[in-house]
Amino acid sequence: MSVLFVLVAISILVAGFFLFAFIWSVKSSQFEDQEGAAMRMLYDNNIDKK
Amino acid sequence: MFTTDEGKVVEKEVAANKLSCYHCGASCITANIHVEEKVFCCEGCKLVYEVINQNGLCDYYQLSSHPGLSQVKTLRSNKYAYLDDAAIAGQLYKFYNGKHAIVTLYIPGVHCSSCMWLLEHMHKLNDGIVESRLNFTTKEVTIRFLTDKVSLRKVVELLATLGYEPHISLDDSEGKKTKRIDRRRIYKLGVAGFCFGNIMLMSFPEYLSSAGIDKQYTMLFRVLNLILSVPVFFYAASEFFVTAWAGLKQKILNIDAPIALALIITYARSLYEIFTGIGSGYLDSMSGIVFFMLVGRVVQERTYKSLSFHRDYKAYFPIAVDVLKGSSVVSTKITELKENDIVQLHNDEIIPADGILIKGNARIDYSFVTGESEPVQLPEKSIVYAGGRQKGDQLLMQVIKPVVGSYLTSLWNNHAFSNNKTTANEEESIIHKFSKYFTIVLFILAAITALYWAVYDASKILPAVSAMLIVACPCALLLSATYTNGNLLRIFSNNGLFLRDATVIEQLGNIDHIVFDKTGTLTQGSKTYSTSGHQLSAEEEAMVYSVAISSQHPHSVALCEILGPHAKIQPDNWVEIPGSGVKATIGKHTIRIGSAIFTGVVEDADNKANVYVRIDDKITAYYFLPDFRDAAVQVMPELRDMCKISLLSGDNNRQEADLRKLLGQESELLFSQKPVDKLTYIAQLQQNGTKVAMIGDGLNDAGALQQSNVGITLTDDINNFTPSCDAILDASRLAYLPRLLRLARSARSIINLSFIVSILYNIVGLYISVRGDMEPMIAAILMPASTLSIILITTGASSIWARRLRLSLQAR
Repeated sequence: MSVLFVLVAISILVAGFFLFAFIWSVKSSQFEDQEGAAMRMLYDNNIDKK
Repeated sequence: MFTTDEGKVVEKEVAANKLSCYHCGASCITANIHVEEKVFCCEGCKLVYEVINQNGLCDYYQLSSHPGLSQVKTLRSNKYAYLDDAAIAGQLYKFYNGKHAIVTLYIPGVHCSSCMWLLEHMHKLNDGIVESRLNFTTKEVTIRFLTDKVSLRKVVELLATLGYEPHISLDDSEGKKTKRIDRRRIYKLGVAGFCFGNIMLMSFPEYLSSAGIDKQYTMLFRVLNLILSVPVFFYAASEFFVTAWAGLKQKILNIDAPIALALIITYARSLYEIFTGIGSGYLDSMSGIVFFMLVGRVVQERTYKSLSFHRDYKAYFPIAVDVLKGSSVVSTKITELKENDIVQLHNDEIIPADGILIKGNARIDYSFVTGESEPVQLPEKSIVYAGGRQKGDQLLMQVIKPVVGSYLTSLWNNHAFSNNKTTANEEESIIHKFSKYFTIVLFILAAITALYWAVYDASKILPAVSAMLIVACPCALLLSATYTNGNLLRIFSNNGLFLRDATVIEQLGNIDHIVFDKTGTLTQGSKTYSTSGHQLSAEEEAMVYSVAISSQHPHSVALCEILGPHAKIQPDNWVEIPGSGVKATIGKHTIRIGSAIFTGVVEDADNKANVYVRIDDKITAYYFLPDFRDAAVQVMPELRDMCKISLLSGDNNRQEADLRKLLGQESELLFSQKPVDKLTYIAQLQQNGTKVAMIGDGLNDAGALQQSNVGITLTDDINNFTPSCDAILDASRLAYLPRLLRLARSARSIINLSFIVSILYNIVGLYISVRGDMEPMIAAILMPASTLSIILITTGASSIWARRLRLSLQAR
């Protein structure tokens, strides 16, 4: 039954990781400009070759 | 000017139906401006194309067709000279270390993926620019550049040449850099969600096993729950305590007070149960309720990043103007303008302060300040007021009052601007009134319960009373209001009405009197017209058309539309005098089109024509009558049924008869209203208890918008500058206005409905709790059940209502 202790610890760690990921993504302004990113990925990078 | 040869080309192209500019997509009058087979509408557009082409950035034109902005207006060469002033530049920098500088500029013209592409490749156009990044939502470009290679002025001028002229106003220089989005509530939401989920999970074993689980596991789960509940109570829920305390200090019982009380009692009782080992407490219910309340508040606090509801005159004024010092011209910050300074004013610039006209041909457009749509011609020595816009030549004026003391800015000193409308709305809100009674009733019930158990079984006083206070938490009421408002805000914005915050919804639902502004709100453009004087013959019409077609002035354009297409006769000696008119000769005839003075007409005071046409000695006057918006005509009967209507116009009463027909006999129409008059009119209506909505469009309505219960700005382009207001309505959705009002009125009933449901839950919960046997398990079922059903009822009812009103539920 002591495996439960390990599992509980792991589950909280995993959930804590996602909480950290969420806070980090908000902090690094990833939700500030939701339209821009969608357009930026459409650029061709061939401009330097000219 | 065109030679006869090119004149023919023009005719051919007009006949072959419209050419559009490769850069901006505007229709081209001539095919003469071109690079290879690409045609441009003006030299400006061609210039931008050349700059882009030389730098190999032509992908710009591949991403979307005709991405550019019309370049008809040319940039005055030293318009941005003031940016060379280190002090002014320093105020605009976000970061500056003597070498690198970072500046964020607002560019209203950004509209498509090409714009973004070009603005993010600015380092290709200038070596000094290291990096540029555009935030598409807020239309702000952040540019990092090396100050030893390129100056801020050069960067701004480069943007302007590309057609992306940034808007730099007095507002920017006044330390608005602290404008950062408050993300604290989002973090709290994340933490609350994480803790709620885990606490729920850890509580299941105890709920679900009927035989009871091992003692060691019970302890483990309880301790873990306790640890996880600490951030919920002390961090995520902190705003409830803070607001409740702030209210109590002012002797106000707001909705957060009973919520904070319930949270404290729940937490205290849970701690007691866990430490004494008699139970597992109500930590799951508590964190759940905190989480759902935070979600409700986040949904309700939706903001429109590209819109601003708080603009005053500062957003319209430039940072600096040219001041004559001896014989030299110095850029001076507007805030440093002193009395007796001599200001040099260029075409299309705004008068920064009240002053006396010293020199120049003044033709001032006061539409900004008064709403009067016609520019006025002023002689030297007359007084000009701040906010007017010079149309025409350069002017010299002497400042007589500093900026803050001027006629226009004094409007902002009116007390109407000092109230915080959000706070005022909250205090009037039904939720606020309700929460006061709720708390009182709750305390009376708690006292009765305590008395009852004191008589029968004193040991049950504490459990029964605490359980009651936990169950009776008015969070269901808070939830019904926040979720209804959140969903309504979303529906409103999908239908072109953007509200400043959720408190406006309730105000909007109470409106019983709507006041309209005329120019720009009910009317738009001018297609209809009337004439007086000489009747033009067909031949003369063609001559006037030919002279007017080469001018870009709105009146010339309107005149050409009226006269209709004619074959162009090539005029000779064609001259355009800005602010006055155009002049040319065709054959033996001299043709002048323009203002009264220019054409030598003695005006009659009441009936000023917009434009005069003079062919030799024969004079024709044209009066353009602004058209009513189709939607305005369409919605008026329905609005008249719903509430009273008034009209306040800064303009003269030329259109009174038409307006009377539109608005009906019972409506009040007032003309030649100054901004302060409009404000006072609304204040008078409010004194009789009327809830007034003001619908306007310009800075001249700013006072009235602020004074009214709901100030709505109507705008053709949502991204345009709008004065400070409570709501912004997309002019193309004006037809929806009556339905949007009805939806706002329904908010009250929806909130009432979910109030009733939540009170039913409260009664069930109270029934159980007063008997003193509230199981954590029952609380854990009751809490999510009531929360979810309230979310469903509020969002469902508001969406169904919106659908019945034929409003769109989806984003455009």
